[in-house]
Amino acid sequence: MSLIGVIGAGVMGVGVAQNLAQTGHDVVLVDKDETTLSDALAAVARNTRMSRLMGGPALDVDEVLARITTAVGAAGAAKCDLVIENVTEDWETKRQVYETLDAACGPDTVFVVNTSAIPITKVGSVTARPDKVIGVHFMNPVPAKPAVELIPGVHTSEETVRRTRDLLTAMGKRSVDVKDSCGFISNRVLMLTVNEAAYLVHEGVADAESVDEVFRSCFGHPMGPLETADLIGVDTILYSVEVLYEHYADSKYRPCPLLKQMTDAGLHGRKSGRGFYTYATN
Amino acid sequence: MSHPTAQEQILDFVRGRYPQAEIDAAQDIFALGFVNSLFAMELVMHVEKTFGVTIPNEELRIDNFRTATAMAGLVARLSPTVAAA
Repeated sequence: MSLIGVIGAGVMGVGVAQNLAQTGHDVVLVDKDETTLSDALAAVARNTRMSRLMGGPALDVDEVLARITTAVGAAGAAKCDLVIENVTEDWETKRQVYETLDAACGPDTVFVVNTSAIPITKVGSVTARPDKVIGVHFMNPVPAKPAVELIPGVHTSEETVRRTRDLLTAMGKRSVDVKDSCGFISNRVLMLTVNEAAYLVHEGVADAESVDEVFRSCFGHPMGPLETADLIGVDTILYSVEVLYEHYADSKYRPCPLLKQMTDAGLHGRKSGRGFYTYATN
Repeated sequence: MSHPTAQEQILDFVRGRYPQAEIDAAQDIFALGFVNSLFAMELVMHVEKTFGVTIPNEELRIDNFRTATAMAGLVARLSPTVAAA
């Protein structure tokens, strides 16, 4: 089995690495420091242990962890046949990572951009292999979600699409094809909804519980937009809204000041123990 | 303190997270319609931290977390001294 690189050991990278490892893939998980990596492995262990409780298969934590090695710096993915990048939704951060990966990896390595908003063609343009760059928008929590958005860029080859689809199938994922457009299907709609929900709280029209209650009880959604924001990460929501705002130059994507303040305050949602709600952490 | 104390403590935690709902010890919280499986993970962490127990993998079943009574029962099985203290 080939080696898969997972760049970025945040919420998404942890989920992608776990999903790959529990479906029998060898993974090298990469981030910029050892502390983040050891926290990430602890998160993989915790989430793997909870798999059955969350409706997934019963998993052996040691078996899953045994398939994951770690490395500091993107060049640690040099030997990988395919790399899934999950770094912060910030263009400058992503650009630097892709320049490093492009120089370090072999010419046949496929780069999968796990992004909720950044155009895939733009990512391809900073590499010497735009035919081998493709977008996959994984949903959180990755191992529990049955589908992803699959986004070829303008120059992405059929071969790259095939290799990526094969890997996704092996990970137990269906893919929904979407043309390359900032925010794809999911986040053009979701980020505006979350942003507007944050405005309701910001303006004092309703509290977070009431906003979410309307979505759950009136619309039948399993989660409201602000619970969803806490799950995704309030900081990630802000970055995504900012990416949409910048890309479309359309004021309808103006980020809610409350999202900015919460991001500055470290109220990033579930991962930080507090966001629109407060969570038990360990 | 006796068994109901663990149950009360757990109930307080659940009520604190879902103040809009009326929840008693026998209420299946996952049947309420707005509690999702992510909360199950929080319950595991809360129970382990509060009662100083490690829940073995075979006990990590949703049925053990459906009600405050079931969770208190789990705590009692794992750590009779804590539950009865």
